[in-house]
Amino acid sequence: MFKVTIDGIEVEVPEGTTILNAARKIGPEVAPPTMCYYSSLETSGGYCRTCLVEVTKGSDKDPRPMPKLVASCRTTVMDGMVVTNELSPKVKEARAGVTEFLLFNHPLDCPVCDQAGECHLQDLSYEHGKYKTRTDFERRTFEKIDIGETISLHMNRCILCYRCVKVAEQITDGRVHGVINRGDHSEISTYIKEAIDNDFSGNMIDVCPVGALTDRTFRFKSRVWFTKPVDAHRDCEKCSGKVVLWYKGDDVLRVTGRKDTWGEVEEFICNTCRFDKKKTSDWTLEGVREISRHSVISANKYKKLVKPKEFTLNDIKALPE
Amino acid sequence: MQRKLLLEHIDVEGIQSFDVYRSKGGYSSVEKALKAMSPDDVLEEVKKSGLRGRGGAGFPTGMKWGFLARPEGVPRYLVCNADESEPGTFKDRYLMEHIPHLLIEGMITSSYALGANTSYIYVRGEFFYVIRILEKAIAEAYQNGWLGKNIQGSGFDHDIYVHPGAGAYICGEETALLESLEGKRGNPRIKPPFPAVKGLYGCPTVVNNVETIAAVVPIVNNGGEAYAEIGVGRSTGTKLISASGHINKPGVYEIELGLPVEEFIYSDAFCGGVLNGKELKAVVAGGSSVPILPANLILKTEAGEPRLMSYESLADGGFATGSMLGSGGFIVMDESASIVHNLYTFTRFYHHESCGQCSPCREGTSWMEKILHKILAGHGTMEDIDLLWDVQSKIEGNTICPLGDAAAWPVASAIRHFRHEFEAYIKHPVKQTEINYYNYCHNLETAVS
Repeated sequence: MFKVTIDGIEVEVPEGTTILNAARKIGPEVAPPTMCYYSSLETSGGYCRTCLVEVTKGSDKDPRPMPKLVASCRTTVMDGMVVTNELSPKVKEARAGVTEFLLFNHPLDCPVCDQAGECHLQDLSYEHGKYKTRTDFERRTFEKIDIGETISLHMNRCILCYRCVKVAEQITDGRVHGVINRGDHSEISTYIKEAIDNDFSGNMIDVCPVGALTDRTFRFKSRVWFTKPVDAHRDCEKCSGKVVLWYKGDDVLRVTGRKDTWGEVEEFICNTCRFDKKKTSDWTLEGVREISRHSVISANKYKKLVKPKEFTLNDIKALPE
Repeated sequence: MQRKLLLEHIDVEGIQSFDVYRSKGGYSSVEKALKAMSPDDVLEEVKKSGLRGRGGAGFPTGMKWGFLARPEGVPRYLVCNADESEPGTFKDRYLMEHIPHLLIEGMITSSYALGANTSYIYVRGEFFYVIRILEKAIAEAYQNGWLGKNIQGSGFDHDIYVHPGAGAYICGEETALLESLEGKRGNPRIKPPFPAVKGLYGCPTVVNNVETIAAVVPIVNNGGEAYAEIGVGRSTGTKLISASGHINKPGVYEIELGLPVEEFIYSDAFCGGVLNGKELKAVVAGGSSVPILPANLILKTEAGEPRLMSYESLADGGFATGSMLGSGGFIVMDESASIVHNLYTFTRFYHHESCGQCSPCREGTSWMEKILHKILAGHGTMEDIDLLWDVQSKIEGNTICPLGDAAAWPVASAIRHFRHEFEAYIKHPVKQTEINYYNYCHNLETAVS
């Protein structure tokens, strides 16, 4: 076991753990934000640079600090390592810079984007972004394309986190899409249009941190914060069958995998569960799902509903002028 | 008189062919290494020589070779980085074009030291004619028993393959090069693991520049100590410099490290002075990626000492008043050159060549290009200079590979040393285009529209 100090809090983790996972073990207060790292996908991370941290002491053996900020999702801990995250002005500045870069070509179409409310980029820019843009240049634009029957790709919104590419590589049985072109012309694309056709392709939607890959069966039906998440399961031959149903009234509007505190899917689900089983009778309901992630969808309608305090005349009199 | 180690026989008629090369003492380093030395002896000589990587970073080659993991039963590879795409650098092309057997000889000797039975030369795709020259030279080496099984009866087997790139600057970065060599998209890998542990096809790999590998030949021939005598301090040996820009005699020069910069620019043996007798304005000392320096700082360091062509002296003063030796692309600009234009050209290059993997480089290079384009088009404001500075500072050090740094440093140094020129451009854009600037002025309209 290695001892690591992150933002002054000490934690013991096994050898080979990344700084990010050590920080996540402590809690959300010290965990760096991530846009491209995904716990259930191998070799993910390292691309977005939002999780940069400062290593002020390399290890007990070699106490020199690391010269540059390091990507915490790809750097493993050493015994006695001291890491500064939110407390380091250097890190905060770099993170603000990365946020600005990610938003440089990202359209401001949250009002019409299905991801709004559960978008990691929204959360990131709320915490680390600037209130005003410093650019008036034209953004790069692409045509919206539908890849397969159920998924639509808005390349304009993509931040090139490579998560969906890793899903295609690691979960589905054949890689049919990837990144073409380079630099800021890079785009996620399929080899042949509408070629995505396999049982687990729907997981691309879940892993997408922004609204680039969206569920065509759910598009424009509701804002996510109007839907109510319920844990459910069914016997499925292909996957674990453990899902979250998103209800509006009595209708199941969409089905997704179960996401943890960090907004990352615990177990991937198959396309049958995701797209074809949209009746309550298909599922065994387990109960209301609490979303612990700090975001607008965590305003859970069932559990957090508190009756507002009624003001009396005395309360109003007691208010400061 | 400057000694020449690499380009000694460059003027000999027919040196491209095996017979002439051999008659001039070629392949003697392979002979010496295979017959009289163990692989560790060769490594020891390279360590003694103090040879540093000639591709730009200047990392000691002996140390790099020493890091190579040597697990049992796993092949090791030597990869020659001939993907020379840095604007202003053309020494490797010159070397491969005119004296290809020197590289082949260096490859065999280095591979012997590293215990690699297969090596690759990754050549920039645009050098298609160089690839033909190399393949011809390799075929000659096979015919004469210097490649293949049991070289010259020593029991050492070696094969060299030439692999053409597909026109990406980023593939000059060693891990992107390995990806490309494996047949994948040329994206830099996230380090660690380093190539010395997990490189080509997951095996321990050393990636060296063409000139570095060629320099192994004189080191083995004459001994590492003799090589270390040349040069100054920790900058030992000779270096090929590609001189270009506003000088009387552009071309590739082999210099002993430690030559004063002033002598290099003004001496008739080298650049021969600034073109048309104009004043020197600025120099990019090591290829487009390194910081640009104004005339007063390139000739003398801030402390007033003459600046030398060496790793240490060019870096003297850090980035505030210094630069880097880099890959040796020596670009000279006279008083008629426009720094803003030049910077726009560089930045456009980095924007075009960014691989798009990590966000600071992908978006930052495009942002910088757009701001510079705006200034050139006459719509710039004073805030744009500060914004440009801020953007480059957010890129530097935050990216996966050094391309982000390489894109940020020229911008930072141009603003640091030539801020007045940006301001002049912003205040009087029309006037600037009128007085400007050598041959840029003719195609400015098309360049910025």
